[in-house]
Amino acid sequence: MEIKKPAVAGTLESSDCMVTVEPGQGQVDLDLDSAVIRQYGKQIRKVIRETLDRLDVSNAKVTVVDKGALDCTIKARVECAVYRSNDIKDNLPWGGVIK
Amino acid sequence: MNPNMKRLRRSMMFLNCQKPGLIKDPYVYAPDSIMLDLEDAVAEKEKDAARYSLYHALQEIDYRGVERVVRINGLDTDLWIEDIRCSVAGGCDSIRIPKTETAADVKKVEAAVAAAEKEFGVEEGRTLIMAALESARGVMNAFEICQSSPRLFGIALSGGDYTKDLQTTISGTGVELMGARQHMIIAARAAGVQCFDTVYTNLNDMEGFRKDVETIHTMGFDGKSIINPRQIPIVHEIYTPKPKDIIFAEKVVHEIDTKKAQGIGVFTVDGKMIDIAFYDGAKRTLALAKASGVYKGDL
Amino acid sequence: MRNAVGREIPDEILKATGKEPFQGNNYKNGVPFRRQGPIIRPVMDNQHSKLVKDIHEALVKCRAHSGMTISFHHHFREGDLIVNMVMEEIHKMGLKNITLAATSLGKAHDPLVPMIEDGTITRIEASGVRGKIGQAISDGKLKGLAIMRSHGGRVRSLVTGETKVDIAFIGAPTSDDYGNLRGIGGKTNCGVLSYSHVDGDCAEYVVAITDCLVPFPNFPAHISMTKVDYVCVVDAIGIPEKIATGAAKPTTDQRKLMMAEYCTQVVVNTPYFKDGFSYQTGVGGASIASTISLTKIMEERGIKMGFGVGGLTKPMCDLLDRGMVRVLMDTQAFDLDAVSNVINPAHHRITAGAYANPFNKGAFVNKLDYVILASLEVDVHFNCNVVVGSDGVITGAQGGHPDTAQGAKCTIVICPLLQGRIPAICSEVTTVTTPGESVDIVVTDYGVAVNPNRHDLLECLRKADCVPLKTIEELRDIAYSIVGEPEPVQFEDRIVGIIEARDGTIMDVVRQVKKYD
Repeated sequence: MEIKKPAVAGTLESSDCMVTVEPGQGQVDLDLDSAVIRQYGKQIRKVIRETLDRLDVSNAKVTVVDKGALDCTIKARVECAVYRSNDIKDNLPWGGVIK
Repeated sequence: MNPNMKRLRRSMMFLNCQKPGLIKDPYVYAPDSIMLDLEDAVAEKEKDAARYSLYHALQEIDYRGVERVVRINGLDTDLWIEDIRCSVAGGCDSIRIPKTETAADVKKVEAAVAAAEKEFGVEEGRTLIMAALESARGVMNAFEICQSSPRLFGIALSGGDYTKDLQTTISGTGVELMGARQHMIIAARAAGVQCFDTVYTNLNDMEGFRKDVETIHTMGFDGKSIINPRQIPIVHEIYTPKPKDIIFAEKVVHEIDTKKAQGIGVFTVDGKMIDIAFYDGAKRTLALAKASGVYKGDL
Repeated sequence: MRNAVGREIPDEILKATGKEPFQGNNYKNGVPFRRQGPIIRPVMDNQHSKLVKDIHEALVKCRAHSGMTISFHHHFREGDLIVNMVMEEIHKMGLKNITLAATSLGKAHDPLVPMIEDGTITRIEASGVRGKIGQAISDGKLKGLAIMRSHGGRVRSLVTGETKVDIAFIGAPTSDDYGNLRGIGGKTNCGVLSYSHVDGDCAEYVVAITDCLVPFPNFPAHISMTKVDYVCVVDAIGIPEKIATGAAKPTTDQRKLMMAEYCTQVVVNTPYFKDGFSYQTGVGGASIASTISLTKIMEERGIKMGFGVGGLTKPMCDLLDRGMVRVLMDTQAFDLDAVSNVINPAHHRITAGAYANPFNKGAFVNKLDYVILASLEVDVHFNCNVVVGSDGVITGAQGGHPDTAQGAKCTIVICPLLQGRIPAICSEVTTVTTPGESVDIVVTDYGVAVNPNRHDLLECLRKADCVPLKTIEELRDIAYSIVGEPEPVQFEDRIVGIIEARDGTIMDVVRQVKKYD
């Protein structure tokens, strides 16, 4: 999917994360700031990358500020931001590329 | 029949789907059901975000046997069909319809649920439905709503909107809810489905909450909607059969079983006249006692 | 060399400190030593005045010099002004290589970080360190070692002479011109001066700092004039509203209430719960809630507490006022109710030494039946970490944790299974502060684990069927199944601090954290 415009999802509350996607410069640039980066930094990056791959996002600037979110929340916020950047809200591929 | 139709639902706790901190492990409080809310608790501009959270929570969080009900947005919005697709694909146990007014409302949802089950390869009939009655019209139609679908396991009163419709407010005494509560429990029992009471919103008045639960317990309700985990132990305590009731129920079941074999129809237990009509009630008491962890017998 | 809790203690650090690795709780039991006394300068001249006009004069008269060790107490907690006030003066005088031997350091002392960076402060000895100083130490900014020791361990280090304090600064809510000090009265009431007692006994110079000079004699004195060299009057020694918080409202968080209920059930279903039992608890929401729910059961069963000890809070003081506990032994007042309750004749002040020093002829902690503690992390060996965050940064204090845990017959640690994404029950704690042999029961929101060494307690709880019992490994597995197994935190080789066991051996080392990239 293309990132058509900047979009944000999530909050900075505990157990949540805020994901911002913006049109990229030819590849995925990921900027991660996490309260648990020393213990879970690798895992969080992996989840973000895999989610973007499933959504076929290959050109984006992605900024994630994590407040100790579980993997399921990180996925949800990334997906939400990507779909928002495309103004898609209905008839989503649950169980397809969203999984 | 879906075995979940009659499951224990003493406490049904609302949780805002948009709050990851709330939905990540509510099972530690041991409610019978959680109601993951896409409706009133979720801000209008976060309706989409709540669905992604819901889907992944349903898929990835082990709720340890707690029933996962999703409250979808109203049928008067353009949100509810996608809500159902997301919930069914995620594998929720039940859908709660807000502001139900007629049997036709339930049928609309039933059709959408069936379509979603088909679309996402979910076993047909897995997803149950409950209907929240939030208006005078809905309450008046309680009986037809209760009979509207084989998926419908119960109805719930939603007191806030209902009292607005009656042009009154929640007083804390329960007077304004009396008619609806009485009518709904009768309708539910007549149709053979469950019946749940509305939330109690004043968290600073735990004594008031206790009295409220005692009232609806006496009226025959199957359970209560909960807005804070602190309310759960009180509900469970009130719904837990007392030791003397358990002992009596045990005797009744035992005596009816043996007397039936001897061809005796009416007899006394602890000085009370007992016949076969007491059997189901006694069985229910023992089942509830077992579920509440206070009965280890095998009757 | 590997110590008794399985931690590798490098030889270089054993050599540098002259210490032994930790060898188990009772390794030094009965081992004789000679108590060290300070140098004393007698005051015989009746014309002698102890009053000095400012901190500077006090420092000069006490022969302040580079390389000296100075000490402070933390009874003013986050409202403390004394440490910064004295250190600023020392900084102005250009003294270097100071060892700061405070009973504890907190966020109030963040302004000291530049003095660590410029070499004014090069060693720190404290119960622990919160705030920016902790970060600075973990970043390797302190040139020497930080030694974290328990309240009891600190008293031991002073009376054995391991720590030689050159000048002790004792902030006193009231003092007379001859140095009779009291913890109550004045503008900055803190109730007790328990932690400073040993400094009065062992420091070469003792300077009292007060903002409320009262007529002689200020009596009964908590610290006597016979130990005080100088008295300095300043405008303010503390910020009263930050010293003791108002009594915490009973928590309404159901998770904490659940853990409190489990804790209470554990207490009332173990054999030490009988008339005259002894008890210590903390300030956390679950601890306070547990004291409240325990009180109800004590009333129902007609059981009274013999004594309560440690840092005190309103619920404990309520027990005293209602005649539900015979005496309270106070080392620290955590809230204003506890401060004002010290006027009750059965509310006694005790010294940190009487409370917890392992090297006297028996401390109060040894007579504890129950202690309720918290922990940042607990591992599957029941080792607790209360000093270093899961990210490797120093962020807490030992306090009386290891002292009471060893002393009590039944040590209960309450901690939620998860702190955000961080699992509190883990395979190996980041740093050991309290050894698993001291810890009997761990209470979490997901269940209760009993140390397998205490099969007696496990049997009691199994029979009572009162709490969801799990093994500690099961709790760890549940935590990891929810949040994933954490990566081990990356450290540099350099050791920036040591966690000292109560008896002065080394429990663990703390290394500089690696920059994350």
